Amino acid sequence: MPEPLLTPRPEGLYCPAGDFFIDPSRPVTRALITHGHADHARAGHGAVLATRQTLEIMAIRYGEDFAGRRQAYEGPLSLGGVEVSFHPAGHILGSAQIAVTAGGQRVVASGDYARVANPSCAPFEPVPCDTFITEATFALPVFKHPDPSDEIAKLLASMHAAPERAHLIGAYALGKAQRVIMLAREAGYDAPIYIHGALQKLCDYHIEQGIPLGDLRPATMDKAQAADLREALVIAPPSAFASPWVQRFADPVIGFASGWMQIRARARQRGVELPLVISDHVDWTDLTRTVTEIDPGELWITHGREEALMRWAELEGRSARPLHLVGYEEEPE
Amino acid sequence: MKAFARLLERLAFTPGRNAKLDALADYLRHAPDPERGYALAALTGELELGRAQPAVLRAMVGERVDPELFALSYDYVGDLAETIALIWPAEATPEDLDLPMIVETLQDTPKTRTGPLIAKWLDRLAPSERYALLKLATGGLRVGVSARLARVALARLGTPGLEEIEEIWHGLTPPYRPLFDWIEGGEKPERAGLAPFRPVMLSTPIDRAGLNALDPSAFTAEWKWDGIRVQAVAEGGERRLYSRTGEDISAAFPDIVAHMGFEGALDGELIVRRGAEVAPFGDLQKRLGRKSPGKALLASHPAALRLYDVLHWEGENLRPLPFDARRDRLEAVVATLPPERFDISEILPFEDWETLAGLREAPPQAVIEGVMLKRRDTPYMAGRPKGQWFKWKRDPFIIDAVLLYAQRGHGKRSGFYSDFTFGVWEGDQLVPVGKAYSGFTDEELRRLDRFVRNNTRERFGPVRSLAPELVVEVAFEGLNRSTRHKSGVAMRFPRISRIRWDKPAPEADRIETLREMLATQR
Repeated sequence: MPEPLLTPRPEGLYCPAGDFFIDPSRPVTRALITHGHADHARAGHGAVLATRQTLEIMAIRYGEDFAGRRQAYEGPLSLGGVEVSFHPAGHILGSAQIAVTAGGQRVVASGDYARVANPSCAPFEPVPCDTFITEATFALPVFKHPDPSDEIAKLLASMHAAPERAHLIGAYALGKAQRVIMLAREAGYDAPIYIHGALQKLCDYHIEQGIPLGDLRPATMDKAQAADLREALVIAPPSAFASPWVQRFADPVIGFASGWMQIRARARQRGVELPLVISDHVDWTDLTRTVTEIDPGELWITHGREEALMRWAELEGRSARPLHLVGYEEEPE
Repeated sequence: MKAFARLLERLAFTPGRNAKLDALADYLRHAPDPERGYALAALTGELELGRAQPAVLRAMVGERVDPELFALSYDYVGDLAETIALIWPAEATPEDLDLPMIVETLQDTPKTRTGPLIAKWLDRLAPSERYALLKLATGGLRVGVSARLARVALARLGTPGLEEIEEIWHGLTPPYRPLFDWIEGGEKPERAGLAPFRPVMLSTPIDRAGLNALDPSAFTAEWKWDGIRVQAVAEGGERRLYSRTGEDISAAFPDIVAHMGFEGALDGELIVRRGAEVAPFGDLQKRLGRKSPGKALLASHPAALRLYDVLHWEGENLRPLPFDARRDRLEAVVATLPPERFDISEILPFEDWETLAGLREAPPQAVIEGVMLKRRDTPYMAGRPKGQWFKWKRDPFIIDAVLLYAQRGHGKRSGFYSDFTFGVWEGDQLVPVGKAYSGFTDEELRRLDRFVRNNTRERFGPVRSLAPELVVEVAFEGLNRSTRHKSGVAMRFPRISRIRWDKPAPEADRIETLREMLATQR
């Protein structure tokens, strides 16, 4: 039996022929990175190959010396006789799927991906392959995410109904925060949007990359100034809600933008008053549609709810296996 | 259905009572009749539908979704209606269905045939409306709306006040058309039912210092009993026992109702009484918890009324009379009632506040909560009129407890750890005995918040477990036995009365102290 092209190892997904890992969770000699979320892109590798934007995002998050060497992906290349190519994943700025081809076999590691339009990145590109490796973050048939513009309309309606209360929306610093801002702008909200300090650099970077976010102002002021933010829209990373930073706002509406908000209990556990179901992952419908469209000979399933997807594959008569890779979070913080 | 679904969402996620009221009033103002009436009845649990059983719903969804995928999903979501609402395969573009049509159809459909009916509707609705429909059909809305809260919201809609609404509430049936007409400027509905509730007269708290401004000879004093305030109304063959907010609790107290062979409306304290001895509140609570008590409980926990006032008697409205005159009538009334179920609240003799203070210090029974003062010359007025009735409660019980857990608050307390679980020593372990959310100043809240952040052991979502180091003085009104709490006791109205930054945790109270308190209450 020939050696498999990719194989799970404790460090992550490994390609023996090319001697590299994809999105490893521990420092390795050579890593190919799909996108900049912390559970996929870690600091401390010997060499990193990723899209230019992913490399720049890693430098912003971890400092310029995040890896021994780095190489920006410019086009298909060969690593130890294995052909490697990157393809848009539609997840966040700079995100890519990685296709690995050798001996007439192609495996696509999709990383995290989405099929809903996102102005910060190119749309997901279905790549024909023998093995498709999919995430399973929202792989339960209850996850059918609504149109994000409807969710933003909810936010604007709430701001209209309670104009005296600042609206604090929790959103992950990379991708989701900018997505919420863009959606609000698309919906016609043109007032300044206030952002927590932890979002500043990544928002600046999006603007640099030609993604208009409108008038952004820091939400890191003292309590007296915060009193002026009564009617404001404030975006902050979820971790900020457990910190004393929140205390400067008098009686805020707490919202959270996440695919998890579709489940009421998840929203209530977090004390969220305004759940916004906005996700940058495929929901059940898009996931199963994608697999059907690509129609791979074999489906490999990583982080998330593998069981339900395994069952779906069984019902569809598809060959599938769970990879049980460790180190991936439900949604990166 | 859309507006109702939206309301359910707002009610589910909005923590504060006021915001819930806003959402409710907003909906009731804009929704058409008879939709809003049915919605109101559904929220307050007064809508009679042939309830769809969980088994029926499971069978229904089993025809559309693979059972294994459904089981995995249900396991994750944890709520049957929500799982079905989300997982239901959408057929076409969702539309909106008429809530009254749904309610009326369900009312006319036998339970066993609800499945296919609901499935057909689910096909036509969006997820949020599917959820609302399933909650409606199963009757488990659980969004924290009591009939009382609904009436407060109604009082925000138009001119009729809360007391006026309470007065006509009973006897009205969904979808409450005459009620909404009246609220929007139409005619006041005729009292539809016999034996209506009459809004209760309430007291304000007072302390020793506050009494100095009052003339003792203008007041009468009575014991304040630790039961619940009720109104017993029997008119034209109809008998009802109401709580002080107008909830009909007759079904839970057949032993009282059976003896209400009079024609009138009486105000009193509902207690469990064995001979002359009034049982502790916990005994009454046992009765309150049973919607239809069994024979054994009725025998072991006999309910009785201790009467304070007479509002209506044999067709005559006595509320305009001054207290003294009503009291004379009440004494005559009580003499005609069966003494094992009805007795009168005794008037305490006192000439000055010092004498009364002495009585309050040494009440004859442990279940006495303090004394009530009522002006002799005032009529019976709805609500809490100023300067008429006062409650001078006994001093609260106090223990020193250790903070164990803290949870973040909402609204004005966003970002602050403001909800605390505290415990006392049992051997060398701390056992949780209660929760407190109040009693501290804003400045103390800030200090408590800092303490929590600096002494966190573990985090569970919005909750943190704490290093057991901070002692707080907890004041509370009484203790009940509890099988739900590990400690076996439950406190009534606990609040943090003082923060003992100075006191080492090992010196906090022990569980034995609480158990003794529980024993001596009897």
